Amino acid sequence: MTRKAWTKGLAASWIVALAACGGGGNGGAGEDTGGEAGAAAGGDAAAPAVDPATAATIRGVVTYEGVSPTMTEIDMSEEPVCAEKYPTDRPMTEQVVSADGRLANAFVYVKEGLAGEWPAPAEPAALDQVGCRYDPHILGLQAGQTLLITNSDAVLHNINTQPTANRGFNISQPQAGMVSHREFSRAEVMIPVKCDVHGWMHAFLGIVDHPYHAVSLADGTFEIASLPPGTYTIEAWHEVYGTMSQEVIVGDSETAEVAFAYSADMASADVPMAEPLVLTHGPDDGHEAAHGAGNAGADR
Amino acid sequence: MDWSLPLNASTQGEAIDNLFWLIFWITVTAFVVVEAGVLWFLWKYRGRKGRQARYTHGNATAEVIWTTIPAVVMVFLGIYSGRVWASIRSSDSYPDDALTIGVMAKQFEWIVTYPGEDRMLGNADDFTIRNRFEIPVNEPVVVMLESEDAIHSFFIPEMRVKQDAVPGMTIPIWFEAIRTGEFQIACAELCGLGHYRMRARVVVHDPTSYEAWYDERSAEAFAAEE
Repeated sequence: MTRKAWTKGLAASWIVALAACGGGGNGGAGEDTGGEAGAAAGGDAAAPAVDPATAATIRGVVTYEGVSPTMTEIDMSEEPVCAEKYPTDRPMTEQVVSADGRLANAFVYVKEGLAGEWPAPAEPAALDQVGCRYDPHILGLQAGQTLLITNSDAVLHNINTQPTANRGFNISQPQAGMVSHREFSRAEVMIPVKCDVHGWMHAFLGIVDHPYHAVSLADGTFEIASLPPGTYTIEAWHEVYGTMSQEVIVGDSETAEVAFAYSADMASADVPMAEPLVLTHGPDDGHEAAHGAGNAGADR
Repeated sequence: MDWSLPLNASTQGEAIDNLFWLIFWITVTAFVVVEAGVLWFLWKYRGRKGRQARYTHGNATAEVIWTTIPAVVMVFLGIYSGRVWASIRSSDSYPDDALTIGVMAKQFEWIVTYPGEDRMLGNADDFTIRNRFEIPVNEPVVVMLESEDAIHSFFIPEMRVKQDAVPGMTIPIWFEAIRTGEFQIACAELCGLGHYRMRARVVVHDPTSYEAWYDERSAEAFAAEE
């Protein structure tokens, strides 16, 4: 090609490139203005400020009716370093932790009724591996919040998460004191976590788009505080007995009491697992949270 | 340092060990002869003043000898080892009426499925235990080997048994323990970061203690399910 042709060609490509950039910019601006009604990923909207004077609370208890299934002792003889950490209290499996008609380890969260966006908290949610168990067994955190994973055992653990709406990970922590940070970008209830080295280790992560979640304690109680007053759908999730939801209305500075009554005959429930959750915002939002048929629980 | 082979605890161990030692001594002898020859030539034909190197076109007789002898030895070893292999791995070597146990290899553990009283897998009376492989002595056992994820290898050194577990395949492998005691399944195919610790406890029981163990574990398994 001649020099003249090269110069013309180069000039032409510059013009085309500049035009493309200009066009992209216009398109972007258009998208931004168009997106204000829906959920914008850029976090343009500030978290709706919850007025402490009117903030409401939902409190409750998760009960269990029927004979609690017997939990079995975990045989840790193949891992003496962990077995030694249980000189008196034996390590028991955790699928159903229930005493005196109360059910622990139910993940309770606001499923519908919230409007707005909440930036992820700066404080990380902590998942520890101690005595070859995950602590806690059920952990709630917000999309975008850092999950801080520590290994408190002097043995190899790997943390294998199996989400469907998020990118999962499978990382090793061969030494005590190792710390890893990960994040999930989308709401998903629930993400199973397992250790491939120790087959009895299981945990579940509940990822939601807001801070209004809790896990029921040993006495079955839970509390979700600092809610804006309104009408909400609250859902409870249990790894064996499945989900239950209720509508709750809380007024200014009110505390609403809610009870979730699980029973032994719910043991055959389809437990929804690793399902993406879309926060519904109000009248503008035309779609419901996506829920397909539930899947059976993770491998035990 | 212990130079001996592991304790032999199975019926097929003796044949395998004999084959091992036969090959070992043949190769050691060949090694010594060849190395001695190399060293001797090195010394005999070392460079010296006034000595001129010369070319040789080879020696047909020598070449025939040192081709024929190894060939005969190889053919002999091939036939001998083929017969040992067939006694362990041919389809008609698998004993009828053996106790069938399912082993599913997964990162990083061995899931062992024991049959019910019918001694057959695949029924509702089967139960599963993680990382415990317990069998009676003097009774042939067929392991139906599977893998859930990567390629693993089922290896019990004292039983002289090793078989890759391949995802998508169910591979039968049999052996018969001749002594009671505790051994280990050690994964013998690199399968991930936990490969080095992918072990299961193997316990060979006498008949009474096997029955007691079996009854206890199956009762536990079915009680837990209720």
